[in-house]
This record gives sequence, structure tokens and C-alpha cells, in this order.
Amino acid sequence: MFPVPIEKATKTNRVIYYSSVALVLLLWLIPLMIITLAAFKTADQLNAGGRGFVLPDPFTLTAFKRTLTNEPFMASILNSFMVVIPVTVISISLATMAGYALSKFRFRGMIIIFAIFVGGNFIPYQVLMIPVLRLTQDIGIWNTKYAIILFHGAFQAGFCVFFMRNFISQIPNELLESARVDGATEFEIFYKIVLPLVRPAMAALAVLIFSFVWNDFFWSLILSPISPSGMLAPAGLATIIKGRFYNEYNVMAVGSILVALPPVVLFFLLQKQFISGLTMGATKG
Amino acid sequence: MKIKLNLTPWLFLAPALIYFTIMVIYPIIGSVHISFHDWNGTQFKCADGRDIKSLQENEFCRKIPDMKYVGFENYERFFKKTPKDLNKIKKYWQRVFDPGDNMIGVPVLDQGIGLISTLTDGKKTKWPRLSIETKIILNTIKWLIFFPLAIPIGLGLALFLNQIGWFVKLSKSLIFFPFVISAAVIGFVFQFFYDPNGGLLSPIYEYLGWKDGIIGDKDKATYGIIAAAWYRQIGYCLIIYLAGLTSVNSEQIEAARMDGASGWKLFRYIVLPQLWPSTFVALVVTIIGALRTDSFDMTQIMTEGGPGRGASDVMSRYMFQKTLFDQDYGYGSSISVLLFMFMLIFIIAFIIRMYYQDENLR
Repeated sequence: MFPVPIEKATKTNRVIYYSSVALVLLLWLIPLMIITLAAFKTADQLNAGGRGFVLPDPFTLTAFKRTLTNEPFMASILNSFMVVIPVTVISISLATMAGYALSKFRFRGMIIIFAIFVGGNFIPYQVLMIPVLRLTQDIGIWNTKYAIILFHGAFQAGFCVFFMRNFISQIPNELLESARVDGATEFEIFYKIVLPLVRPAMAALAVLIFSFVWNDFFWSLILSPISPSGMLAPAGLATIIKGRFYNEYNVMAVGSILVALPPVVLFFLLQKQFISGLTMGATKG
Repeated sequence: MKIKLNLTPWLFLAPALIYFTIMVIYPIIGSVHISFHDWNGTQFKCADGRDIKSLQENEFCRKIPDMKYVGFENYERFFKKTPKDLNKIKKYWQRVFDPGDNMIGVPVLDQGIGLISTLTDGKKTKWPRLSIETKIILNTIKWLIFFPLAIPIGLGLALFLNQIGWFVKLSKSLIFFPFVISAAVIGFVFQFFYDPNGGLLSPIYEYLGWKDGIIGDKDKATYGIIAAAWYRQIGYCLIIYLAGLTSVNSEQIEAARMDGASGWKLFRYIVLPQLWPSTFVALVVTIIGALRTDSFDMTQIMTEGGPGRGASDVMSRYMFQKTLFDQDYGYGSSISVLLFMFMLIFIIAFIIRMYYQDENLR
């Protein structure tokens, strides 16, 4: 293990180590702490110079009330769920099939197709912006959530294919061969053998895709810039809350917390899946 | 049997492949096409050549953009002022380092690309006024240089926190978790954090004499935004390196320790080379952030490219504004194509590396 485990150090060094970890942690969390404090302050206190590390005086929940009763913003938060769920289902199911094809069959063009999916992940959004915008306008779904679902379903599938292919290639070929010998059809093999085995990968992907799409800002601005029931929560924060409550930092703080909360809760609940998904590719090879 | 086996993978592949190609691959070609045209985004014509205004009420036609072919004009426009601006920058540096007979330039870390020079007679050599295109190129370069500093910082934190025990484990989670928060939220959090009017840093600004704070000052804004963007990226790099450290060969480390290697030497020659996969992934993801997502999200939220004209603007955001607000679709496309061409270097590197690492692909 590198560096040397701290248990082997002297007692003084252990104390120094743990207190410096605590110090780093404290410094690291300052920006988030002052925003949390701000959520409980009055707009007057914030505008009178009380934006730093001072306790709320008076302590108030007005900002929460004002944010939670702001219908357009709450609509954008609700809409985020309505977008994220179908996107996750679409991209993971398409990618599982494609990942199976790319890992367990050898055919001409396989490498190029895999490269397209992988390379597609790295394409700057900006170069897709105008054609995707035009496409959604042409089929009449621009400024609705369907435009965001349509794009993200495809785009996230690229990442999922990359992930799924690498995961499915670890399934032993013998398992599939023996089923083939027993007379199972290709669809049965996929459905009865591959699918149950890739469930952990699906869980890891689901939490990742949830947070990627939930946090998307660019595409929401492009594909659904006006309708609150079509945009995603970060765009709701930027356009609705920042526009309406520009002078009330407490409301903006509450809005930020509400937008941040769902992926944060998901992360702390499913930390193992999240980390394993994110670090794939960083360890092997 | 043989035919069936050949068809099966394509059936599994088709839905994802067709969908992905339409939404992600084909649009690239579309943007390249538009970048050679002049188009305001609102003019259309019929695909079959009829005039859209002459259509009767019950007649319909497939609308296509009514664009004018201009060749490389959009690209020329983007780089038109570059030589002139480069000349201005050259002159600035010449004045800084060779300010005349009796004066010595004293460069102080602050402005421009990072330096301001105060001449001994008290006059300042001013950073020249540059065109907006040059500003956004320089700012994008700043992102490419400074944003990846999250990688060594993340590595440092990973080495610091690669221990066991509940407290260290909790610390890792708490340092990482800003990564799962939207960049738009982190942008706002830091806007609040940097606030010069009664914010946490105001006493420091007062002491330094920075009355506009960080992101309100045209020379510091870009650096302030990049530092805010580190908040998510450092967490990501930390996790990537922690994963990398668990797979470092412990026998090799023990053997090297037996041979008397320790500290820096052990890290430099045994550990760091084994962390290369982590470094590579962190680098690619960070470059994407600098060119595509983080630079756009953070700049749009924190300054909208300001203060003033393009002081903190970057290619990824300027393109968005040029297209949607100035309705200069052709010009916007050409900027996005330039971004894509640059990214292509990293895309190809990633794919080549993957090809040689994965024996299943060969």
C-alpha cells in the first residue's frame, strides 16, 4: 500500500494526520456551508453585508416557502424527473443490446462501430447544437421535454455502450456456448443469461446517467429554453429563480440546494455503484 | 446457421446504432455544412425549390434553411484579427522586458495572461485591447492550461487520503460529492462565495484593493471561474486516483522498499507509472470539461462571458451566444467545428489507446 498506512505511524503523527484531514475537509466545505447558511437568512441580512460566515439572524424559513411555492421552478424540478427516468431506461436498454453485440460477436466493422460510440462521447455539444435544434423544430417537439429526452436518450447511450461492452466481455464465452448447444435462441441467451448477469452494471449506469442528465444545463437551454415544464432543474435555477429573485440570495440558495439534492441523495445511498461506474477504465489496462 | 450468426449482432446493434448516428454523428456533418454558409436561422425555403411565401394556405412543403454559400469566409472572419492582436501582445511583452533606457520593467503576477508590469517611473504597461475572437481563444487556452491542474491536486489529495478508517472514508465522500452537483449550481455557489459586497472574501479583497472581487474584474474573471470549476473536477480526479491506487502492485512497492526506496523516489518510479491509466482518463475527461461542458456551464452562470465584452468568454459559450442571440448560425457553426477539430485529437488518441489495450478488439 502506498503511502504507508497511518496505523503504523507514531501517535503524534496520527494526531497530526487526522487533524489535517479535518482541516482540509473544513476548508473544502466552506463554499457549501455559506450557501446553506444563506438559505436560512433573510434577504435583508444578506444585503446588509451578512453573506459570509455569520449565523442567520433572524433564523427564517421564508426562502424555502418562497421557493417551494414558485410554480414554474417546481415544474422544472418535477420535469427533470420526467426526463431523467425515460432517458435512463432508453439509453441503458439500447446500450445493453449493443454492448452484447459488440462484445460477444465478431463481425466486420465492429471496431469502427465501437469507436463511433466511444468517440461520440467526447464530441463537443456545440458542434451538435444547431442540427439537433433544427431537427427538434422540424418534428415539432422543440421547447418540450421530449426534445431533451430524444437527444439525451441517444447521447447517453454512447457512454452506456462503452460501459456495457466492457462489462459484458467479462462474461465467460463458455456460458453462452453451452446455452447455444442446448438449443437456446440468440434472444433467449440474451434475455435469460446475459441480462441477469449485467444487472450490477445497469445499476451503476442508472445512477451515473441520472446524475449526468439531471445536471445537464446546455441542452436544456438549447432544446427547451422557455417552457418551465420542459426545462431541467439547473436551467430552472438559472432562468426562473435568478431572473425573478435576483435580489434575494436566500431564495437562490434554497433553489441551489433543491437542484443539488436529488443527485446528492442518490450518491450517498448508492455510493458503491456510483464510484464503480465512474472509475471503470481508470484501473485496468 | 452461418447466415443467422452473422445477422444476429446487427439486430442487437441496430436500434442503438441508428439512433446514435442520427442524433450524434450526423449533426457533426450538418454543422460542418452550415459553417460554410451564411444563415440567420430564420430564413427557410422549400426543398423542392418553390418559394415559401407563394404557398397557398393548404399547401405544404419540406422546409430547408435558405443559406448563402460563403466558402471559408466564416473561418477567415474568426481569425481575421489574430495577426494584428498577436502583434499587439508581442509589443506588450517587448515593453515589459525592454522598457527603454532608464526604466526596468517589474513584472508582477496579476493581469493579462498572468502578468502586469509596473515600470520604475510608476507608469503601467497596459494589456492591449484585443478583439473578442482573440480574447475567447486566449481564455480557452487558459482553460486548457489551468483546468487540468485539478489532476495533480486530485492526485495529491488521493495520496493524502489513501488510508482506511471511517473518518478518512467519510472525508473522501465529502470531498468527492460536489462532483455530482450540477455545474450550474456550483457556479452560483462560487458566485456567492466570491461576492465582494459583504461576502466571505470581502475583507481579503479590501486588503488587496480588489474592489470588484474576482469574477467582477476583467483580468481575474477567467481564473476565478476556472478555480470554481476545479471544485467538481478535483473530486473526480481524487476518485479516479483512489481507484488507481488500489490496483497498484503492492509486491513491487514492498520490493522497492526492501531496496531502500522511499518517499518521492518510490512514488516517482514505482507508483506514478502504474497510475498512468488513471492519469489518462482524468486528462481526457478534464480536457472535455475545458472545451465543452464545464467551461460553458460555469461561464454562462457566473459571468455570461463578462464583465465587459468577452473578458471571461470562451469558445464554447461565445458560439452559443453568436448563434442564438446574434443569429449568426454560420459563424457559430464554424467556431463549433474548430472546437470539434481540436477535440478530435483527443478522441483519436483515446480510441487508438483503447484499441491497443483491449485484446478483444484485435
